[in-house]
Amino acid sequence: MKKILALLIFGIFISGCSFAKNEDEGENVLYVYNWGDYLDMETVKKFEEETGITVIYDEYDTNESMYPRIAEGAIHYDVICPSDYMIQKMIDNDLIQPLDFEKLPNAKKYIGEKFFEQSRTFDPENKYSVPYCWGTVGIMYDTSVVEEPVDSWEILWDEKYKNEILMQDSSRDALMIPLKLMGRSMNETDKEIIEKARDMLIAQKPLVQAYVVDEARDKLIGGEAALGVVFSGEAQSIMDENENMDFAVPKEGTNFWIDSWVIAKDAENVDNAHKFIDFMCRPEIAVINFDHLGYSTPNIAVRELEEDEDWKNSPVIFPDPEVYESQETYKYLGNEMDRFYNRQWMRVKVE
Amino acid sequence: MFHSVQIRNLFLAPFIIWAGIFIFVPLIFIIWYGITDAAGNFSLENLAMIFQTEFFKSLEMSVLLAFVSTAICLILAYPLCLILVERAKSAGLIITLLFVLPLWMNTLLSTMAWQTILEKNGILNQFLRLLSLPDFTLINTQAAVVLGMIYNYLPYMVLPLYVALSKIDKSVIEAAKDLGASTWQTFLKVILPLSLPGAVSGITMVFIPALTTFAISALLGGGKVLLIGNVIEQEFTFEYDWNLGAALSIVLMIFIVLNMILTFAFDSSHEEDS
Repeated sequence: MKKILALLIFGIFISGCSFAKNEDEGENVLYVYNWGDYLDMETVKKFEEETGITVIYDEYDTNESMYPRIAEGAIHYDVICPSDYMIQKMIDNDLIQPLDFEKLPNAKKYIGEKFFEQSRTFDPENKYSVPYCWGTVGIMYDTSVVEEPVDSWEILWDEKYKNEILMQDSSRDALMIPLKLMGRSMNETDKEIIEKARDMLIAQKPLVQAYVVDEARDKLIGGEAALGVVFSGEAQSIMDENENMDFAVPKEGTNFWIDSWVIAKDAENVDNAHKFIDFMCRPEIAVINFDHLGYSTPNIAVRELEEDEDWKNSPVIFPDPEVYESQETYKYLGNEMDRFYNRQWMRVKVE
Repeated sequence: MFHSVQIRNLFLAPFIIWAGIFIFVPLIFIIWYGITDAAGNFSLENLAMIFQTEFFKSLEMSVLLAFVSTAICLILAYPLCLILVERAKSAGLIITLLFVLPLWMNTLLSTMAWQTILEKNGILNQFLRLLSLPDFTLINTQAAVVLGMIYNYLPYMVLPLYVALSKIDKSVIEAAKDLGASTWQTFLKVILPLSLPGAVSGITMVFIPALTTFAISALLGGGKVLLIGNVIEQEFTFEYDWNLGAALSIVLMIFIVLNMILTFAFDSSHEEDS
């Protein structure tokens, strides 16, 4: 039923482009589905010029909005770039296929071994994914307002900073913080513990200015808030714009996230997909994307090629190993647990 | 030659097709999803979900905020419309036009403008600081959401009320005054009852969009005010639980239908009276 309806809706949407698609049939094409503004389009153009493959490029804004479109199979994307726990969910639901690493020499050569190691949390045999970007989650703080050193999530519960705190508006990212404060895993499945974490967030709510996603960046640059939970990839660009800002990864531990390239199960251009992924792993291409994004890269050759000294020596983009070593990565906890997390988060938001 | 009935049916056809495709079929889909579970079996479980704390609280909050903003709209609109009818036709028309003008702008844009006005370092506070007055930060509160609702929906209250008031025969008011009624009595006994139909349709037109909105609360509530509209949106786009989303929409529809029944009941009893 759902499938029929989704097909109907998509049918209406894409019927307009279906003629163009027919022309492409049997031709050299590749359907890429990536996060919004998650690579420099220059690199796609270079790829097209070099290989003669026409890239059809679409974007999504959350893992959750991407998933149903792949699951329904309404459009056959070839290359996708989901995050850690979502990759596991897609493996579990048989939506992505094992990669042929023989066709990915650059990935083997330039993607750091430790990132493949960390990927085993969600891709146990390193069969399905090639890391593209990674990072941590930490606290961005305004040094002109926050005087004490920031090294703990504890500060987000400090009454002094009422209405100065920005939290992430997503169940896992929000609950991860109290879970870590309690010394638990961010992949906790004990419902009582998760409820306790929820109650901590409810207690914190009066101090929070807003629950935000992408708006955090602008608000912190504009000095709207003094403390914000942000992804490390955003941190460097915020610090470039507002020199009062600094970034800290709390000592209780944080999320080590990885976004990786995968190939969809029902991809029709598997060969081209491998070519694309390998192309993106080439150092001289990876550095273009790195310059565009400012997210930490698993590509070990990029730092050498980077020309901007500030970025090259940035402890935020290239942190010391102790910052990310022994950190956890999100796991897919199954549909039921997923819902439980989301419900608890909803409880926080309706209080 | 066509019979008038045939001609009528001919003109009716586009509307019937339109209503079928865009009103009737989607409604059936929503009800179908609402009363089945993910496996497609009949189940009222999703409908019962509304009684779970998190959903019930968001519904409660939606009803409360919609009620408050409707009441404030009504209180603001009455004196305004009374002033408008007093004016000469042309002046009244210009003022009405000015009032409706914001409707021509996209709701999202005007709500985002409020965001930049109300922010901590927003336009309002910069102005206050210029006058050495203390900061006044409204953003990310229930009050900010109510303000957004009033701003967006006030014209829907003003228009029907203005029409109803301007239709009142001046001689009726003159007669009331002639017979010794004070201004207040004239308002309570003559103007108010005669303009009530306009007020009732204004209330419906403000209450329903205020009850179902998710954009205003998302932009001005800072994620801290979760309305039932936001929950439904999340169920469809984020959780991908169409069954639950549809069930919650049905609950919301019940409220809307209740509101409309009240309006109709009022309208018909009013007609009988007069």
